[in-house]
Amino acid sequence: MEHIKTLETRNLCESAKNGGCGECQTSCQSACKTSCGIANQKCENENK
Amino acid sequence: MVHQYKQGGYNIVIDVFSGAIHVVDEVAYDIIALFKTHSKEEVISILTEKYKESKGIEEKDVAECYGEVAALEKTGRLFAEDTFKPMANKLKEKTSNVVKALCLHVAHTCNLNCSYCFASQGRYSGERGLMSYETGKRALDFLIENSGTRRHLEVDFFGGEPLMNWDVVKRLVAYAREREKETGKEFRFTLTTNGMLIDDEVIEFSNREMSNVVLSLDGRKEVHDRFRVDFSGKGSWEKIVPKFQRFVEARGGKGYYMRGTFTHANPDFLEDIKQMLDLGFTELSMEPVVCAPNDPSALTDEDIVLVKKQYEELADLMLARRKEGRPFTFYHYMIDLTGGPCIYKRISGCGSGTEYMAVTPWGDLYPCHQFVGDESFKLGNVYDGVQNTARQNEFKQCNVYAHEECKNCWAKLYCSGGCAANAYHATGSVLGVYEPGCELFRKRMECAIYVEVAKAFES
Repeated sequence: MEHIKTLETRNLCESAKNGGCGECQTSCQSACKTSCGIANQKCENENK
Repeated sequence: MVHQYKQGGYNIVIDVFSGAIHVVDEVAYDIIALFKTHSKEEVISILTEKYKESKGIEEKDVAECYGEVAALEKTGRLFAEDTFKPMANKLKEKTSNVVKALCLHVAHTCNLNCSYCFASQGRYSGERGLMSYETGKRALDFLIENSGTRRHLEVDFFGGEPLMNWDVVKRLVAYAREREKETGKEFRFTLTTNGMLIDDEVIEFSNREMSNVVLSLDGRKEVHDRFRVDFSGKGSWEKIVPKFQRFVEARGGKGYYMRGTFTHANPDFLEDIKQMLDLGFTELSMEPVVCAPNDPSALTDEDIVLVKKQYEELADLMLARRKEGRPFTFYHYMIDLTGGPCIYKRISGCGSGTEYMAVTPWGDLYPCHQFVGDESFKLGNVYDGVQNTARQNEFKQCNVYAHEECKNCWAKLYCSGGCAANAYHATGSVLGVYEPGCELFRKRMECAIYVEVAKAFES
């Protein structure tokens, strides 16, 4: 019996490799302007 | 660090530092809760006893499940350690003095007189004014000059009401497009508008040039017109809704957000979301008002309880409409589990005052639009660059590890330390936190992840 199902997610440790290019959108720029979150942003690194 | 919660019939476990999300049965849920505080024998004994009658689960079942949990720990997908702290300032060091986004306040004036406006009816507590073409042009040059190797540059035409300075907006876009050719940069423009001056020409130009438009609508007519009135006190809903509908339709229903604010007057904001849906809009953002606790618009503790419930119902509404083939987007529930930001971004904070700045009509630089009007936050200007380096250094230090309150928060790698302006206004320091905002943010993240879980199980 399987007790645990794991969703596919980006491995955060792995993301450190080649990470930090800074091309992604500025957190607050798109719609909120009064709060901050980065969860809904797309990674725009071409070398990831 | 692990966060466990139940929603919509799912037992959800978030492993904060690996980013893994697990959906587990009751036994696994309980094992994970006890795993770090009890021995294997204790866990198996406690849970065998708990489940033996209600579910007929035997010791070997609990032991087998314990093995699954232990295996996840071993592979770093559960109880992963925080190894990211040394990277906390690396992104900002790597990108030191690089600017990639500007909020251009092309108009410090407005044709609406909304009492809840954080920008004090577009004036930002100062004089009314429009940005000249020359100042805007210099701001774009400043951005290009300071953007280093960044290719994507973001410019938001903001106000006040930017359509009150529309000719300058169009000329600035044309100038930026010219400069793109010689510099290899790519500008992404956003327009944030109250809609009053939208016409066919605005629609045609914006749909060609703006990658995103943010349209201010609070939802139900009576809610919207309570605050969003003209200077004679007349509500704006009837005037702007048909314009927004034409705008969005001409845009092909993409690259826009209907952006509303909810306050003490409408903590039942789900009704406003439904109104937006009924009007044909599907890309939605509703934000809790940010104001002083004694402001009449401020959300009370009772409101917060209702708002959290509304967030849960909103998640279920999204799932239901998706099933019916009528999906919609809620900005704060957008979460890209497989392609989201890297760890550097997740711990670096929002970028205000460093890679992102606001520019006033007179060319002054501020850390972000929410600091405009507070002279002590003036960083410099687009002609001479940043001069107030002491103030900028405060923003350089902003990262998720710089906030003591974030230390034990499971949501920190989804929020990156929160909004510096909200923190400052609530605590007097950009390194503080705006706790009411945190509470709602955590709720939104739980709901966003729940929606992803439910979608994954549907397919």
